[in-house]
Formats: sequence, structure tokens, C-alpha cells
Amino acid sequence: MFRALLIGLVFLSTLGLGGCMSPPVGLDVARERVTLQQRYQVGIKPAAEPIVIGKMHAWEVSVKQASGQPLTGARILVDGGMPQHHHGLPTQPRMTRELGDGRYLVEGVKFSMSGWWEFKLKIEGAQGVDDVTFNLVLP
Amino acid sequence: MKRFSLGLVAMLVVGIATATTFSWRDWSKEEMAILATLRLSQLQAPEADPSNRVEAMPQAIALGKQLFFDTKLSANGKVACASCHDPRQQFQDGRPVGQGAGTGIRRTMPVAGAAYSPFLFWDGRKDSLWAQAIGPLEDAAEHGGNRLAYARIMQQHYRSEYEAVFGALPDMARLPSDASPLGTPAQQAAWNAMGRDRQEQVSRVLANIGKAIAAYEKAVRFGDSRLDRYIEGIIANDGKADQLLTASEKNGLRIFIGAGRCVTCHNGPLLTDQHFHNTGIAPHGPMPQALGRRSGVAKLLADEFNCLGSFSDAAPEQCGELRFLATEGGTLDGAYKTPSLRNVALRPPYMHAGQIATLDEVVAHYRAAPAAKIGKSELEKLEFSAQDVKDLAAFLGTLSGPVYAGDQPPSR
Repeated sequence: MFRALLIGLVFLSTLGLGGCMSPPVGLDVARERVTLQQRYQVGIKPAAEPIVIGKMHAWEVSVKQASGQPLTGARILVDGGMPQHHHGLPTQPRMTRELGDGRYLVEGVKFSMSGWWEFKLKIEGAQGVDDVTFNLVLP
Repeated sequence: MKRFSLGLVAMLVVGIATATTFSWRDWSKEEMAILATLRLSQLQAPEADPSNRVEAMPQAIALGKQLFFDTKLSANGKVACASCHDPRQQFQDGRPVGQGAGTGIRRTMPVAGAAYSPFLFWDGRKDSLWAQAIGPLEDAAEHGGNRLAYARIMQQHYRSEYEAVFGALPDMARLPSDASPLGTPAQQAAWNAMGRDRQEQVSRVLANIGKAIAAYEKAVRFGDSRLDRYIEGIIANDGKADQLLTASEKNGLRIFIGAGRCVTCHNGPLLTDQHFHNTGIAPHGPMPQALGRRSGVAKLLADEFNCLGSFSDAAPEQCGELRFLATEGGTLDGAYKTPSLRNVALRPPYMHAGQIATLDEVVAHYRAAPAAKIGKSELEKLEFSAQDVKDLAAFLGTLSGPVYAGDQPPSR
């Protein structure tokens, strides 16, 4: 029965209902995640929603230590891209300001097309360096 | 086993039923949502360029129009912007590479819609319409002139028009006739002997020439195409709209927004993401220019006429595209700008150096997805029939429409 379900799902997806290349099934699009080595909890939030394709905008990144306390004085490096299209971000976003209470401003973010984007952050804080990847699916 | 078969049949039935539940005749709800984003009516007016404070001034627009058509702005007196950006041919020239005072290395780009591009030229080496406009003036293969000679032309032929927009021209009485940091060795020597203040004044005149031309170019825009009328019609539930596209064109459109994934880069009302991609097109021209965006980024950062430079009217915080410019990563290699597909059928040959002659061959290139000679192609092979290729090319013909330039009548 499971196999039949799988074949059915594959059949449905090949009908190309959405048109564009679809993100992987079950992709985790949570905007709060724990970093790879569990040093930090990170949350992301765009300055305004909905995110407009092709328009440069800012994100707020909140970082907590494993203890739950806000992480201050950190450095955040931004990377990312579209895994299904073999290309990176169209811009090079940067952390431009620390906003207090473990919140940081990342400016210069732009998504040039709809689909699955990876938004990768490298957090350099008192507890060491750790990475986290967020998945964003833009309509 | 029987249960398995029944399950499969049930899934097939559900699949077919879902796929054929169209919101309007030929198109599913999801397809309609994509089609709606392609309409020209969805295009907002271009944003103001903070680096060009005169772009909305009528006197600047009028001066820019005169300059755009003036062959005096060239070394041989024969080349104007309009020579390659011919308004009778939608502001392009139909040649594989530009032909000015010499032969260029890139396909002439159309002017319509350029006001929406954060980066100009195929490699994006300029970040404003005005900075773009002055590039060809000092390029030996294009207008072939030099900035001091251009400043003198403004003094002799456009003094009152220029000064009404930009203020007094500098005193050039004791300066040589020709000088430029980019010209012949003699012109460069003359430039170096001028002194910093004079250099700055003369460069500012060149920047202002660009700002006037940009003010004129900003209003060069596309008019509605058959595709726009078709999509508007089916959204409005107008039964007659269905006739506007042939079955072949509709199949091409379905592939364009669906299995072909063309719309991922050719998106929005201008059918471009305004970004740079490697699609495995054969390299053309010398290094480092053949590196495409890689070389464009280096030139943009070094350009004295960029948004952060002293000739820009923008505050640094208004130069977001330059401040957050992507300067690293392999995806810059061999990447070129996604062009707008509006009026594409009216302007062969295609690609950054006219490497491909027809739209059929362009689509066949995307289907075959050959490996790139420089960098890595983003394309993946597509399983299309020969008919699908023809249909896609036919669909691209539905994007043709008029081009408007300010108060000029439309040209096709």
C-alpha cells in the first residue's frame, strides 16, 4: 500500500501542478532552529512581509545561548542560494547592526526568483562558531 | 497484490481529476497565478534613481534626447547612441555585436525597460542608467571620443541647455583639445597634466551628459503584447481572448511556466530576474571580459562613476546594490544578465554576442543544456519533443509589442 501511495504521489508531482521546480517534500521551513552543534538557538524574521521577489530588504536575527539567555556581541556571516539551481544569493547580505537583547540586523537580502532558497548563518559568539541553515520557500 | 492495483488506480484517478480541474478552460489555478504575474499592467513605474537628481527634469530629458541622437558625440562624427540603439529597431541594431567607431564584443542591448535594472550591460559593470550611458562614449570600439572633447562639445553646442540643468560649465580655455584617463597615450598624458581639480570638473561634465541621456532613456518603455491581451482577457473571463493565442503558442506558454522552468529566471512583467546566470553559451571576446559577471563586478567596484563615487547624487546608504554586491563565488564565472524577453522575436540574433541566430536554436540550446566552457552552467537537460521546441519558440513571438519613447509614437 505504501508503494502505491508513493507511486501515486510521484504521478501527482509529475503532472507539474505548480509548474516550477518544486521544493523537496517535507522541507523544514521553520524560522527558529538550533545550530548544527547545538550551541545557539536562532530565529529569523523579515523586516516586512510578504517578501517581494527582486526587492532588497532586511532581516532580524535573534540568537540565544544554549542556556536560553540572549547572545550579545556576536558576529553573523550570511550565505545561501538555491540548491536546485546551483547558484548563490544575488547579493552579499551583511550583519550591519546589533539591536540589543541578542537581536541583530542583517541588511542587503534579495531573492531574485520564487522557489526554495537556503539562508545560511554562521554565528560567531562567546560559545564558539556554529552554523544554521534556514529553508525559505517563496511563492 | 489486488489491493495494490486498486490503490494505484485510485491514485491515478485522483491525479487526473486534480490535474484537469481548471479554473478557466486551459489553465489550472496554479498556472493562472503565474500567468497573472507576467502581465505588463503589473509593472510599477520605475523607482527614482537617487544617484541622478535631474532625471525627472523636463529640460534634462529634452537635452538627453538631443544628445542621444547627436553624432557629434563621437571621434569620427558618425556615431550617436541611436546608431546602435536605433529607435526604428526598438533601440537595438540587429547585429551580433555592436558596430560603432570599431567592432565591439557584445550584442547591443535594448533600452526599453533598462530603468528597472540595478546593473547595466551584459556583465552588469555599471549600476545606473547614467553611468552606463557614458561608458560607450569613451570606448574606442563605440563612440571613440574622450571626455575633454565631449565637455568642449557641450560648451560649443549645448551651453545654455546644459547650464540650465547643471549650472556653469568649467573654464576650459587653457586646456588641450583632447584628454581622458581612458584614451590614447597622448590623451592620457594630457589628462595627467591637467591637475586634479580640472580633471574632476571635466569628469563631472561627462557624468552630467550621462545623467541627461539617462533622463531621456528612463521613459523608453514597452507597450502591451498579444500575451498581455490574452492573459488580461482570460482573467476577465472574456471568451474572445481564447482566440488570441494558437494551440501551439499555448503549449509553448505551458512549457515556459511549467516543465521548461523558463519562468524561474524570466519572471515578472519584464520576464527577467535582472540577475546573472551561466547558461553555457559559447564564450566570445578576450579575457577577462569573457568571464562575464566576474569581470563586471571588478569593473563596477573600480568605477569612479558608480553609486558610491563622487559624481553620484546618492547618499551612501542609498547604494544598497553596491554595498551588498555579491563579489565572490563560482557562480559569477561565465554568468551574463537575464535579458527581458519582451519583443525578443523581433531582435535576433541572441545571447551576449549574438551567438545563436534563431529562437528555435535558442530553445534547442536550453533543451540540450551543454556544459559551459567557462564556469558551470545552471541548465539541466530537458526532455522535450521537437514540437515542444517549436511551440516554445512560437510562444516567444506572443511577447512582441510596441516600444514607446517619451512623446514619440510607438515603433515596432
